[in-house]
Amino acid sequence: MPTSVKRQLPLSPFLTVYRWQYTMTLSIMHRITGCALSVGALLLVYWLIAIASGPEAYDRALAVFAHPITRIVLVVFSYAFFYHLLNGIRHLVWDSVHWLERREARLSGWIVFIASVIVTLLFWVVVLSRDAGGAV
Amino acid sequence: MSLRSPVARVLGLGSAKEGSSHWWSQRVSAVALAILGLWFVVALLTLPDFSHDTVVDWMAAPLNAVLLMLLVGTLAYHSLLGVQVVVEDYVHHGGLKVATIVLLTFVHFALAAAAIFAVLRVAFGGPIAGSAA
Repeated sequence: MPTSVKRQLPLSPFLTVYRWQYTMTLSIMHRITGCALSVGALLLVYWLIAIASGPEAYDRALAVFAHPITRIVLVVFSYAFFYHLLNGIRHLVWDSVHWLERREARLSGWIVFIASVIVTLLFWVVVLSRDAGGAV
Repeated sequence: MSLRSPVARVLGLGSAKEGSSHWWSQRVSAVALAILGLWFVVALLTLPDFSHDTVVDWMAAPLNAVLLMLLVGTLAYHSLLGVQVVVEDYVHHGGLKVATIVLLTFVHFALAAAAIFAVLRVAFGGPIAGSAA
């Protein structure tokens, strides 16, 4: 009986047999940014709990968010958010059986990468211009 | 040899025992998060300032409170589905894999519950919800 033999099938991710291409970098970046966002969501939870914990706790949270290290984390977090959002839309389009040709997959990959950088920059330009206006 | 009939194997929905439901849930929550995430970014950028009074007033508005809870819940759900796949891909020891996924499930549910409770507390004007109380 063929079913009695336990076959050693390759398990995913089974990537070592492929020549590296930049679309694969985009793919693994989707996973990395997803994991980063899962961890970064802790900041969102912290912010919400700080608001509910009253003005003193919230002021401490604002000090944490204003710290240079937190600011750097937030910049990375915001980039991860926009990349994962835009590339996620690319994945959803693929799931609808579109853009699957190599040329389309590469072009949309470039568009997602460049757009994610631009949107992140725009986001921080708005945030910092509001900072300068005394909003924070 | 397997005692399962071919039809049982089909109805068993594959080795994951759930067919495509995980895949589908990930996509549906992704669409919801794209909408809720964009709403949240725009809301953050259009808040007049980040003082406690302003943020509490914003959070206590019914529409904002509901959308925030939807955001937190969907985020936790989508995040859990995502990290579950990552664990399944990279953790090969069966027991450790299950334990990690169970732990991550607990953490996601706990954080979502805490965040939703925080929103509700502000929305219902808790005793320390700043000047809005």
